[in-house]
Amino acid sequence: MSDDPHVHGDRGDRPPDAAQISARLRHLGERLDRLRSRAAAESRSDATRSSNSTALARGLRLSTELVAGVLVGAAIGWLIDRSLGITPWGMIVFLMLGFAAGVLNVIRSAGVAPESGEKRGD
Amino acid sequence: MAASPIHQFEIIKLLPIGKIGGIDLHFTNSALFMVIAVALTALLLLGTTTSRQMVPGRLQSIAELSYEFVANTLRSTAGEEGMKFFPLVFSLFMFILISNMVGLVPYAFTVTSHIIITASLALLVFVTVLVYGFWKNGLRFFRLFVPSGIPIYILPLIVFIEVLSFLSRPISHSVRLFANMLAGHITLKVFAGFVTMLGGLGILGWVGAVLPLALTIALTALEFLVAFLQAYVFTILTCIYINDALHPGH
Repeated sequence: MSDDPHVHGDRGDRPPDAAQISARLRHLGERLDRLRSRAAAESRSDATRSSNSTALARGLRLSTELVAGVLVGAAIGWLIDRSLGITPWGMIVFLMLGFAAGVLNVIRSAGVAPESGEKRGD
Repeated sequence: MAASPIHQFEIIKLLPIGKIGGIDLHFTNSALFMVIAVALTALLLLGTTTSRQMVPGRLQSIAELSYEFVANTLRSTAGEEGMKFFPLVFSLFMFILISNMVGLVPYAFTVTSHIIITASLALLVFVTVLVYGFWKNGLRFFRLFVPSGIPIYILPLIVFIEVLSFLSRPISHSVRLFANMLAGHITLKVFAGFVTMLGGLGILGWVGAVLPLALTIALTALEFLVAFLQAYVFTILTCIYINDALHPGH
């Protein structure tokens, strides 16, 4: 009885250790990799699901994006006109630029164009 | 006129605080409801987390769910790095959500139906993104405005449009929340006003009042959805902007 644990301890001690432990480590690493990739896949599917369920929230975003762009363009144009005295050219140019910015906002929040943070393509 | 649909947005001075410069400072009903929103949030979060249990009760469940909800939103849009902004994002979400919900209680004041409140919140986010973006990335932050793969001869135009689009962010960010809350509460008030107006016409009016009454009930349910969704939209946009500050144009 008292021998048994001793024998066990001896067997799991030095000589077979290096090979056995490295094999065990490799096995453990493989299992971890498998689990990790499965978890990553699950979280990815979670992300797509949540993006579907927030489509309503995304739709609500569209309403003000265009107006905001035009408003900013108009404000900047008005300021430039007032400070440089080139009425109405600043307003004309910046209203059009603002409209373009508003359209860009809408396209971006609709998810058709990439967000400005992820422009490098990959 | 007491039945006016915009009477509910009136600012009432409750307590004079004092004069700073030329400005008369007062504790208004708006400030009172801000304090109520903050107190409710603190009560919910502190009260449920001091005596927390392994199996959460209802209130503790709400607190934990709101934490996980905001944390997941922030992680999925801004990544693990974005979690250093979690206190800001969570405070914004809880403040807006509780303010919207408190505003739906009859006779309560809706803090978020005033653009000065939503604009200050949006500007807070905007300035945070600007300051942190420049502090972390330096001049590389300007890459946000320079898309890659654009021919050089239209690049100046595109940069102008990108800058305008960036400047329009706090406007759309604040106007969206403000306009939704304002319009929702006005609509509710107008339809509820129809009920009393028709009800004053006698028995035929009572029959006619059923329709606006049903609409008012349906709109109230819709407003609860809008109150949550707008808080969520504000939060997710904050996360997107923070993501821009963390990773400009890569």
